[in-house]
Amino acid sequence: MTVITELVPFDEALATYDPVMGLEVHVELGTRTKMFCGCSTELGADPNTQTCPVCLGLPGALPVVNAIGVESAIKIGLALHCEIAEWCRFARKNYFYPDMPKNFQTSQYDEPIAFNGYLDVQLEDGEVFRVEIERAHMEEDTGKSTHVGGATGRIHGASHSLLDYNRAGIPLIEIVTKPITGAGARAPEVAKAYVAELRELIRALGVSEARMEMGQMRCDVNLSLRPNGTEKFGTRSETKNVNSLRSVERAVRYEIGRHAGVLDAGGTIIQETRHFHEDDGSTTSGRVKEEAEDYRYFPEPDLVPVAPSREWVEELRATLPELPRVRRNRLREEWGVTELDMQSILNAGAVDLIVATTEAGADSASARKWWLGELARSANESGRPLDALPITPAQVARVSELVASGDLNDKLARQVIEGVLAGEGDPDTVVEKRGLKVVSDEGALGTAVDEAIAANGAIADKIRGGKVAAAGALVGAVMKATRGQADAARVRELILERLGVEG
Amino acid sequence: MPGITREEVAHLARLARLELKGEELDHFAGQLDDIIGAVARVSEVADQDVPPTSHPLPLTNVMRADEVRPSLTPAQALSGAPAQEQQRFKVPQILGED
Repeated sequence: MTVITELVPFDEALATYDPVMGLEVHVELGTRTKMFCGCSTELGADPNTQTCPVCLGLPGALPVVNAIGVESAIKIGLALHCEIAEWCRFARKNYFYPDMPKNFQTSQYDEPIAFNGYLDVQLEDGEVFRVEIERAHMEEDTGKSTHVGGATGRIHGASHSLLDYNRAGIPLIEIVTKPITGAGARAPEVAKAYVAELRELIRALGVSEARMEMGQMRCDVNLSLRPNGTEKFGTRSETKNVNSLRSVERAVRYEIGRHAGVLDAGGTIIQETRHFHEDDGSTTSGRVKEEAEDYRYFPEPDLVPVAPSREWVEELRATLPELPRVRRNRLREEWGVTELDMQSILNAGAVDLIVATTEAGADSASARKWWLGELARSANESGRPLDALPITPAQVARVSELVASGDLNDKLARQVIEGVLAGEGDPDTVVEKRGLKVVSDEGALGTAVDEAIAANGAIADKIRGGKVAAAGALVGAVMKATRGQADAARVRELILERLGVEG
Repeated sequence: MPGITREEVAHLARLARLELKGEELDHFAGQLDDIIGAVARVSEVADQDVPPTSHPLPLTNVMRADEVRPSLTPAQALSGAPAQEQQRFKVPQILGED
């Protein structure tokens, strides 16, 4: 049974209601092994090749927590300005679903390892919005289900399901915000900026690559509306598995419109989970949310409490990198670019690459030019992230050095980049093999210029007659004759010189 | 006075995915009531000054290094499965949840 709700246009909804959000983000840690056993976490393995009695929940198996898992949780907590528990336990979250062979998920309940923090996020116009963090706790991922027999591989209509437990037990950190209020019409933007900032932070900490498209970072969006000017929160919906930045923004926007529609019509919001649909940005009803007590949490008897010493916590605090937002602002100033430019550098995933390229000797302007131009295009065409291209920042720096020294012009440099991407070797090797050098030998250039003038008498006459703009055609002819290896500016000078015209 | 109602037993049965008949609910409600009553007697001797104990041994921070250990073979992992397909555990259609 589907109830069709009239969506209220966003601005109209905001005129009446104040949105309150809660964001739950799951981060899959990049540890080598699972949270409670030594099975590998390597992606792409054959089904059920990375399981053991512990993660299969076989009787008598005893879990032992992964030290790097705990360390990563503490680092995340510290970077989010949280307090770190002096003593905390794991808890069993009991539910019956075949994605967890134990019939419970090992999680943390009322004693999270980190709590009471905040993350400042910067919106596109530079405004800083503080998102308060309720908690960050340790838990484990579930297995992967494949539904067989349904029309679209979805659960509905499936005849049975197949389970691969390779993912069951991979460490997860769940980060939960406090209710986010006061964002108003900027709620969708705040949600997106928060998840983006968190992703950068997780990467900067080196605890996970946090690739959303690979499920390494997933977001659940809680949303409720309350009439403007009132205090009491409305009933919330929880949209599960919103797995891209754009989707986070869209899900918030959609739910604001949907809630407003239900409330305007005098209806009540049901506390339920909802599914997000990438294709049209809508959400549909999932299941009625279980109450926390239905999970019958209790302390995990097989794992002893975690009591991080204050010395350890301080040691980890000392290893924290510069926060991404602070670093971004510093780089933006150093590079002398606008907020908007910085945003597109960030969106392209190019910040670290540009930094590495400048560290390898390039000036920041040319580093930016290559990574955002030629290389971004190539990444786009091959459907790869920028940092997966087969070219290193040092190689890009070498190309820009060759341009700066006049050994290459832009056109040739592009060919060198192309050669490196095609696996032909280092920039210098490509230059050598392809014979790409700017022809600066005046004798050779002069001959090419003379030939071009002789072959294009009519154009030469025009130029002699004062139509200097026509020189472009002759420059083109020379560039063609030298296979693009001439210095175009010098060619132009030579042409005008030969024809006795002032540039 | 501890106690468990028939409705609570029905709710727990649903969470545990157990199908119980009406007379079973009555039967188990009575039995569970006895068990809860027996356990509740602990609190008669354990007063406020005795903290709840989840772990009998005074141990904390038992952790392992993040080093890969051999896993089971898929054949071993699947050996206890009532049904399998494509090297995966085959389970009945999952209803009502996603």
